[in-house]
Amino acid sequence: MKTCEAFIIGGSAGSLEVLLRVLSEVRSDLSFPIIIVVHRKHGADSLLPNLLASRTSLIVKEVDEKEKINAGTVYVAPSDYHLLIEQDRTFSLDYSEKINYSRPAIDATFQTAAEVYKKKLVCLLLSGSNADGVNGLKSVKAWGGQAVIQDPASAQVAYMPAQAKLHVEIDRILGIEDIAEFINLLSNQSYHE
Amino acid sequence: MELSAINDEQVEMLISDLLEQYGYDFTGYSRASLKRRISRLYSLDKALSFAEFRYRIYSDQAYFKRFVEQITVNVTEMFRDPVFFKTLRDVVLPKLGTYPFIRIWLAGCSTGEEAYSISIILKELNLLHKSLIYATDLNPAVLEKAAHGMFAMSQMKQYSENYILSGGTQDFSTYYTANYSLAKFDEELKQKIIFSTHNLVSDHSFNEFQLILCRNVLIYFERELQHNVLDLFDESLEDLGYLALGTKETVDFSRIANRYKRLPGHKIWRKVGHENM
Repeated sequence: MKTCEAFIIGGSAGSLEVLLRVLSEVRSDLSFPIIIVVHRKHGADSLLPNLLASRTSLIVKEVDEKEKINAGTVYVAPSDYHLLIEQDRTFSLDYSEKINYSRPAIDATFQTAAEVYKKKLVCLLLSGSNADGVNGLKSVKAWGGQAVIQDPASAQVAYMPAQAKLHVEIDRILGIEDIAEFINLLSNQSYHE
Repeated sequence: MELSAINDEQVEMLISDLLEQYGYDFTGYSRASLKRRISRLYSLDKALSFAEFRYRIYSDQAYFKRFVEQITVNVTEMFRDPVFFKTLRDVVLPKLGTYPFIRIWLAGCSTGEEAYSISIILKELNLLHKSLIYATDLNPAVLEKAAHGMFAMSQMKQYSENYILSGGTQDFSTYYTANYSLAKFDEELKQKIIFSTHNLVSDHSFNEFQLILCRNVLIYFERELQHNVLDLFDESLEDLGYLALGTKETVDFSRIANRYKRLPGHKIWRKVGHENM
């Protein structure tokens, strides 16, 4: 038995609609934070958090650097920075080289989170057209966390979750309609592996 | 890299070695980024063991230099965040242009792309002749590159677009000559730039400036060090001078916050000097 301390979602091309649907169905008293890392164009930073906030009563905000990570909050990675998790459960930002042609890179957040939350981390990889997130999910598994992917068959762009399925021992493969329920069931309770 | 090549305890050992042996103080740096950089270098250089890696950094001066260069982030571009440079061009520099002499400190200048960007704007505003840009970094290796004023040709399309978005109206390609894969920027642009080492953690204020730029450096520091560095900037900035930070950085919640007034919508603050203005 273990509890979920953080739920991180990585997505790229074709993930926005999934995120909007999932957030509209996630319970409003979540016992952990949801951290969202999506590839997006640089600039117009407030647009995505505002759009996501329109679908949920949870607080949705773009991450500020050194911000403390709170349960029941949806955090969105700022564009053009890598989003890292510190051991003291705060965020930090990093403007180093792009990884997998991406900044933010899903790998960077998954990997640093894996070392912090260990078994209490669940990471979900959504639709996308490159392999970002795959190495991150490997780290999550190595540290005892759970790796979850959107069913490639349901993804607008199957490549990213399909690559994960190919290279990582995945714990759960979820259809779009099952994601929110999966998250809700993790909340405020211990769960079996 | 499923498991980091370097663990948290090893990061602390290296940080303490650097301080003891070389006087470089990384104790106030945020650890997640530092650990990633060190692990990356460890893998890149195919270190045989942590003990060997540590010994080499401790005893080999040349490798130590490489280590510092590699663990600090030196990614930068010309006219990054064009809207920011447009504000410099349209608001900040014209205001400073009324002074007889303009002193600018670019802290954490890395390979110099921003220094040349500012120099170009000053030239176009006819202010370059009475300006001086102190461009500093803790890392001597990047300063050597910066002083050459040569950047990859492959970047020029992007930089030219940034330049135009920042309000530039000239043909950007007139500022450099293509030399195979490198663009060599005009000598004139660097005549007013002084490249010099300065460590924000341990070095003191060295002049008074009307404009200090330090973008995407504070993000690598823990809160306490961030506040110390902001104090250093405050000591080094004249009244009514400007302080420019990165997109995600702020003077809010620091000890100097109440003496600074933000330009609405921008990460630029003006030192208004009095408390509670």
